[in-house]
Amino acid sequence: MPTTLRSGAEVLVDVLHQEGVEYIFGIPGGAAIPIYDALVDSPIKLILNRHEQGATHMADGYARSTGRPGVVVVTSGPGATNTITGILTAQMDSVPLVVITGQASTNVLGLDAFQEADVSGVSFSIVKHSYLIKRAEDIPRIVREAFHLSRTGRPGVVLIDVPKDISSRMIEPNFSEAFHLPGYIIPKEGDLDRIEEAAGLLAHARRPVLIVGHGAVISGAEKAVTYLAEKLQIPVMNTLLGKGCFPETHELSLGMPGMHGTAYANKALAACDLVLSIGSRWDDRITGKVSDFCKNAVKIHIDIDPSEINKIIQVDCAIIGDARYVVEAISAIAERGDTGEWLKQVAKWKRDYPLKYKKEGKLKVQHVIDTMYKLTGGDAIVVTDVGQHQMWAAQFFPVVKRYRWLSSGGAGTMGYGMPAALGAQFAHPDELVIAFVGDGGFQMTQSELATAVIHKLPVKIVIANNHYLGMVRQWQAMFFDNRLSGVELEGNPNFVKLAEAYGCKGFRIKRPADVRRILQAALDYSEGPCIIDVEVEKEDDVYPMIPAGATLDEMMLEPPKINMQGK
Amino acid sequence: MNGNGKKHAISLYVANKPGVLIRVSLVFARRGYNIDSLVVSGAHDPAYSQMNIEATGDEKTLDQILKQLNKLVDVVHARDNTGEDVIAREFALIKVNCPPEVRSEVLQVAHAFDAETVDLSEDTITLQISGESHKIDSIHTVFSKYGVIEMVRSGKIIIARGTRSTS
Repeated sequence: MPTTLRSGAEVLVDVLHQEGVEYIFGIPGGAAIPIYDALVDSPIKLILNRHEQGATHMADGYARSTGRPGVVVVTSGPGATNTITGILTAQMDSVPLVVITGQASTNVLGLDAFQEADVSGVSFSIVKHSYLIKRAEDIPRIVREAFHLSRTGRPGVVLIDVPKDISSRMIEPNFSEAFHLPGYIIPKEGDLDRIEEAAGLLAHARRPVLIVGHGAVISGAEKAVTYLAEKLQIPVMNTLLGKGCFPETHELSLGMPGMHGTAYANKALAACDLVLSIGSRWDDRITGKVSDFCKNAVKIHIDIDPSEINKIIQVDCAIIGDARYVVEAISAIAERGDTGEWLKQVAKWKRDYPLKYKKEGKLKVQHVIDTMYKLTGGDAIVVTDVGQHQMWAAQFFPVVKRYRWLSSGGAGTMGYGMPAALGAQFAHPDELVIAFVGDGGFQMTQSELATAVIHKLPVKIVIANNHYLGMVRQWQAMFFDNRLSGVELEGNPNFVKLAEAYGCKGFRIKRPADVRRILQAALDYSEGPCIIDVEVEKEDDVYPMIPAGATLDEMMLEPPKINMQGK
Repeated sequence: MNGNGKKHAISLYVANKPGVLIRVSLVFARRGYNIDSLVVSGAHDPAYSQMNIEATGDEKTLDQILKQLNKLVDVVHARDNTGEDVIAREFALIKVNCPPEVRSEVLQVAHAFDAETVDLSEDTITLQISGESHKIDSIHTVFSKYGVIEMVRSGKIIIARGTRSTS
């Protein structure tokens, strides 16, 4: 037997190593044992999770905080189906993930073998692409294609299903077989005529705004966007996932628009005469009622994905390309328009309608987030879960650099925050990583606390504990006559004791007066992860708010005096 | 979304791999677009397949569907050929009631449509016909008089005229 023979699994792991993979997140099982066996001799670090959903979110956190694909290896059947939520979360937000699933052997595929699940069939509509490997010889090409697809163009999730007989088969690997992706085109430069058109429209606009989204972050367009905004003197708003592409501390920044965006961003959006979206997809949380969105404004859209053009909003000028290249090209030729009056108006809105909260009385989540921002000077990677605390974090934790804000936007996956924060901490061992989570979301993936403790990851896990599924409670209160249904989280554990049970440090904040001192103590704690259980006001609501499907003019700055039922 | 639009003839050139058909049909299904007919066959290059899909729906949805089809990694290209100068043909087998007393009449009609007899029994005749879809529709109408027992249609296939390649 020639010595060059290697098992399919070993070849798979070889290619992962060649692709620069540092960490693999996952849990083994029968069909994945050959791959886990090959990992024993690999320099890639294996992180054993407690649930496959946690593994995918962890890989997602690694990916969002580095721009490099996160890698997950799990077994067949339930191992594979447990990744589905994490796959959806990453795909909806264009996060590069390579998910490798063990599979039953090819000779029993489709025969309901033990732990068999048609995971490609289950995941077709939530992946960028997927493979079921039928020939071990194809492993090197497929794995390399998977990484290429995952990280280029509009990034996304690629799933590779590896039957056990394929990972066990001995082959002579060919690591240099060429890709074969004739249907895969990666737009880059953008059409010059459209770029000139956009520059012309910008120069003539009197009340222009820029919306920067995740596409701008992914493309690394921060400098280009800042240059464009400063050169043309245009106010900039960032979407939830666009945080970090343009400094929110910049005087031209309006923060986040949309359902829970700043009042001044929404006022600017309602009054603008031109809106340029840079890698944002006009999500319904931003547009509200689509037919009334920026009705009288010229709309320009830069996106790398042609299917986003005219999907929600009909635009006047579309440029398909990589945000950084397109914005650089526009700013090279665009002349500054007459935006002086507009900037004054926008500045007035910023003064008149600041984000605010009360520091007295009951303890507010906003107070905790704001204090954390001030104590850290904003120098942290901030990860959120989903719900009220997520919106407050978006409002009160300005972000200035990319890869430092991780949040599940498109899918809105509860349970994302803590494991994603661990993934970010693995990628950035020397940086401060803060997870803001709610008591509901935290409990969906809390078993990953074990992973944090084992690896002594110094993540600060701030639990905004209001004993409610707060965002749903807010909607029920506002739109369903306060008929609360299924939102009260009675039976929450004592999170400090829970932390201790895992060997994790626990802090608790109950009074506004203690916020600063205890957060500082948590920041000073460096032995490993810590939980900060914050007993907050039970029934606080997120404002400003634009009800779902309403227009920007219907924004509420404070609780309505009338019953909103039926809205 | 269906019923209020017109028929579109979509052609795709795709990688000849398992699962491609599911990926393509999911794009239609997710937008609630019903597929009226679908023909898949190997392309000239065996690494690829041709797909011809007829679907009914509005233009805006179709535009989105085409973009999402083109976004699929295994789809080399997808386009709508509706209104384009293409040759479109369909093939059908039709089984008609044909007792001896009307047999010569049925055969005459069949002859007029260039239909070929592929099976004959005591009381039925089965014909093969090809042509544009509306020709097959009218054959069905004409034979209804005698009683169409069943008709099986291939679905529309199209090819571009002249030197242009189809898709």
